[in-house]
Amino acid sequence: MVDNKQQWKAWLYLSPAIILLLVFTVWPIINTVRMAFLDGYKGLEAAGGATFNFGVQNFVKVVSYNRFLSCLGNTALLCVLTVPISTLLALLIAVCLNSIKALQKPLQTIFFLPYVTNTIAIGMVFAAMFNIVGSFIGTENELISNAGIINNIITFFGGSNVNWINAGSSYTANIVVMVVYIVWNALPFKILILLGGLQSVNKQYYEAAKVDGTSRSRTFWRITVPLLSPMIAYVVITGFIGGFKEYSSIVGIFGSTMGPPNLDRRLNTMVGFIYDSLSSNNQGRASAAALILFGIILVVTLLNLYVSKKRVHY
Amino acid sequence: MSENIKVMKQKDISKVTRHAKAGGIAAKVLTYVFLVIMALIVLFPFYWMINSSLKTVDEYRMSTPTFWPQHVMWSNYSEAFRVANLGRLFLNTVIVGVISTVLSLVITVLSAFAFARLQFKGKNVLFAGLLATMMIPGELFTITNYGTVNDLGWMNTYTVLIVPFLVSVFYIYLLRQNFLQIPNELYLAAKVDGTSDIKYLWKVMIPLSLPTIISITILKMMGAWNSYIWPQLVATDDLHKLITNGLRGTAFLDEAGETNYPAQMAAVALVSLPLFLVFVFLRKYIIRGVSRSGIKG
Repeated sequence: MVDNKQQWKAWLYLSPAIILLLVFTVWPIINTVRMAFLDGYKGLEAAGGATFNFGVQNFVKVVSYNRFLSCLGNTALLCVLTVPISTLLALLIAVCLNSIKALQKPLQTIFFLPYVTNTIAIGMVFAAMFNIVGSFIGTENELISNAGIINNIITFFGGSNVNWINAGSSYTANIVVMVVYIVWNALPFKILILLGGLQSVNKQYYEAAKVDGTSRSRTFWRITVPLLSPMIAYVVITGFIGGFKEYSSIVGIFGSTMGPPNLDRRLNTMVGFIYDSLSSNNQGRASAAALILFGIILVVTLLNLYVSKKRVHY
Repeated sequence: MSENIKVMKQKDISKVTRHAKAGGIAAKVLTYVFLVIMALIVLFPFYWMINSSLKTVDEYRMSTPTFWPQHVMWSNYSEAFRVANLGRLFLNTVIVGVISTVLSLVITVLSAFAFARLQFKGKNVLFAGLLATMMIPGELFTITNYGTVNDLGWMNTYTVLIVPFLVSVFYIYLLRQNFLQIPNELYLAAKVDGTSDIKYLWKVMIPLSLPTIISITILKMMGAWNSYIWPQLVATDDLHKLITNGLRGTAFLDEAGETNYPAQMAAVALVSLPLFLVFVFLRKYIIRGVSRSGIKG
């Protein structure tokens, strides 16, 4: 049935996509694997005619770097904290939104708003909300390095000022800021998916539960969560994938130094490590780190799929 | 006796429903309180951005912040345009956004058409292969692409910001699904009438898939508007720098090395404004696209 004219035409129409994909997608995959397995591969030296031995030295070096381990730790910590928090919060908001009639549309619109923002730009606003003066340490304004609207709110409720992101801030404070920002950023997509799921749930289940006098919490855990489980699994998986690629949100808050002043790279991530290696022309190291990142994402995704297969009710 | 029981039972029932109703109202109130508080938290950064962008530097630095500027400083906005060269950055971003969107749409439509309508050897294998590349984190491509564009001599050009990202497997997939819903009989009828593929695409397929095409257009434009990492690597000169890359950096430092934060916030607000307008008018199309992807921009 396949006539030659259609063959010819199909390849013609596909040719721009295929050519670009070959150059910018397929070749990079092959080349990354090649560079990762050439010990100490550097682009500049390779261009100068140097040769490299095949081996796993890049991987060995990467995983023995303290810097890499701290990047891995930061990324994993942010993932483990933000994915459950944002998923639970989104679920709660979606369920509440689904249960009301008045104001549902306007509230839904508001909750979707953070989706269409520039991560760097709004990150700078968050930085300004936590601590207003970023670079005044060592000057006469040093004393107010704790100022900021969030701190005003905290002191209003009887707490004390926290140095969130300025020089001298603690790692915990930095992480709290990142978690708040990442969750804020992650909510819209999750609410959108979960609310969409809720709206397609058959109302009869709830009516049956009402007739039986089932309590709200029981209805939530026994009906809503199981029926929503495919969507929950979806937002958790995409959340982890996005979480392991965290980068711009940290640039937004801390700038491209990826840490508070005087502590560059304290909050660096896996992606940040890859770009640092690339900037210092260590393509072999960058490739090895990228393959490790890919491996982690793959394993986490498969793990999630495995768990959801057991727990998700379709 | 039985009358009594009946009355008692009715009383019980009305008591129960009254309880349930009271509980229902309390739950309603709690629901609204929770939602409104969350909505305020979501909105607060936007308010704070506007508020901060209109203050003087001194008022901005006050340790007890004001909730509305004492002197509204619209001049921060012109200042932002001046010091950060925002006009040029906007222009660059629009040029890159428009050209890459148009070219990307042409490539996506042609590919989706081939996958949805034409029969050729290896079609399924090729399509599966394309989908498989979606699994791979983009950073993995960047390492090699950085070298490739360097070898091609594309550093600090518009080309480097446009060409490497023209093909999106996800958009091809999205549009193919849409094309598949259009009955094949239409195509065969058009063939009998001697209509060319391009004319058929233009007159039938594209109009019928317009919502998906609009979604792709918006997401692609937003992608250009929000891209940060790649431009930071390959286009750092003023002539080609994109808007996001101009926000962070040294543009807002004054002579004494202190940052003019209100002007910086004004720049942030200016960058957010187009996105906000897109959101207000074209939300429906964004939602259509993103609910199927899970990717930002």
